[in-house]
Amino acid sequence: MSGDGCVAIASDTRLGQQYQTIAMDVPRMFKMHDRLFLGLTGLYTDTQTLYNLFKFKLSMYKMREGREISPETFANLVSSTLYEKRFGPYFTEPIVVGLDKDNKPYLCGMDLLGALACEPDFVTLGTSTEMLLGACETFYRENMNEDQLFEVVSQTLMMATDRDCLSGWGGVVHIISKEGITTKTIKTRQD
Amino acid sequence: MESMSERSGGFSFDNVARNHVLEEKGMKMPKAAKTGTTIVGVVYKDGVVLGADTRATSETTVFEKYCEKIHYIAPNIYCCGAGTAADTEHTTAMIASKLELHRLDTGRQSRVTTCLTMLKRHLFQYQGHVSAALVLGGVDLHGPHLYTVYPHGSTDALPFVTMGSGSLAAMAVFESKYKDDMTLEEGKQIVYEAISAGIYNDMGSGGNVNLCVITKDKTEMLKGYAKENMRPWRKSTPYTFPKTEVLTSKIDKPRTDISVVVESEKMEVSAS
Repeated sequence: MSGDGCVAIASDTRLGQQYQTIAMDVPRMFKMHDRLFLGLTGLYTDTQTLYNLFKFKLSMYKMREGREISPETFANLVSSTLYEKRFGPYFTEPIVVGLDKDNKPYLCGMDLLGALACEPDFVTLGTSTEMLLGACETFYRENMNEDQLFEVVSQTLMMATDRDCLSGWGGVVHIISKEGITTKTIKTRQD
Repeated sequence: MESMSERSGGFSFDNVARNHVLEEKGMKMPKAAKTGTTIVGVVYKDGVVLGADTRATSETTVFEKYCEKIHYIAPNIYCCGAGTAADTEHTTAMIASKLELHRLDTGRQSRVTTCLTMLKRHLFQYQGHVSAALVLGGVDLHGPHLYTVYPHGSTDALPFVTMGSGSLAAMAVFESKYKDDMTLEEGKQIVYEAISAGIYNDMGSGGNVNLCVITKDKTEMLKGYAKENMRPWRKSTPYTFPKTEVLTSKIDKPRTDISVVVESEKMEVSAS
């Protein structure tokens, strides 16, 4: 979700196989550089594969170009990487979140084939995407500051995890601004 | 290590067998976003008008409210896409890139028929599995052109065309109101009416009306030509929640205290 000069990305921390919970401390958001995060929902093996792949591609990009990748370029990189596997896709729906060079928020969701959906306000993906969508539509405001953004993001996440039995076990919120990345963990329902 | 090496392009089928097994074991595959869509095009006196709605759906949920379905192909050619969102985006982007290289190579304006042939060959090669239904419009040295391209690679050339789930509603408007040699205003109006018919009568289409007018000398994108379905109201003040309980908090500051100083040294050139 975007704010004024800041942008937040949040997820729960449960890893499960159908109804069986396997782990409760699994990060699904990855810091690509100081102003860019990648969130990968879905099948965890693909989450890990893709994270490693993008870490590699970003290192190559950084060495070749001598600078960090912009969020928009990175979103296109993710999109083409997913589309390459059009007929045998990775089971993952990624979110790219970051600040561009003018500290403007950039956020972009994708489906598993890499269809970009860039939004000015918020994107939601994963098992409880519909519930998150409803909460975000209600509570999102334009130009929120970092504190307001954190409250809205964490509350919407808690609302959705409360009603989704496949999510929960705590949440993590990252807020990216030009001052740095604030990471907060929050408590959600523990069952 | 195939994925670690730089690939030269084309689709990769690595995960196909794995996904087949996963699906057999009951793994639910996330659904791809579709455009649902009403897209249309019409030839008028001086060129072509293309039109599209702005809704992308995933099953019955609106995936994106205001997406852009009129894709750039060349400065004088644009293409509306319906079907699987990823397919329309990437197929048009690939053709756009190929035509750009072709223009740099030949120094000539791209022709619509070149683009059409490239599109239909690509789609026919994949036997309809690349599900992109397109409306291709442009103006080149032979005048205005308007085509539809079906996912299996067949094409039509007509003075007015519609595609997507709202194509029937839009075609009804064209069939009753189209006439030859329309003015620009008439052209824009009929396209607007056709897209509106799709937006209001087809559930897979919705949002705003985007237009694109291509003439011999210039191309004009009219995003939000009609904005009849914007979110009507949003409370201006934030809702105040009771403060969320934070378990841990950490601030990660970028290292601005380090600066790289490059000392330029004279390069050793003399051979001793």
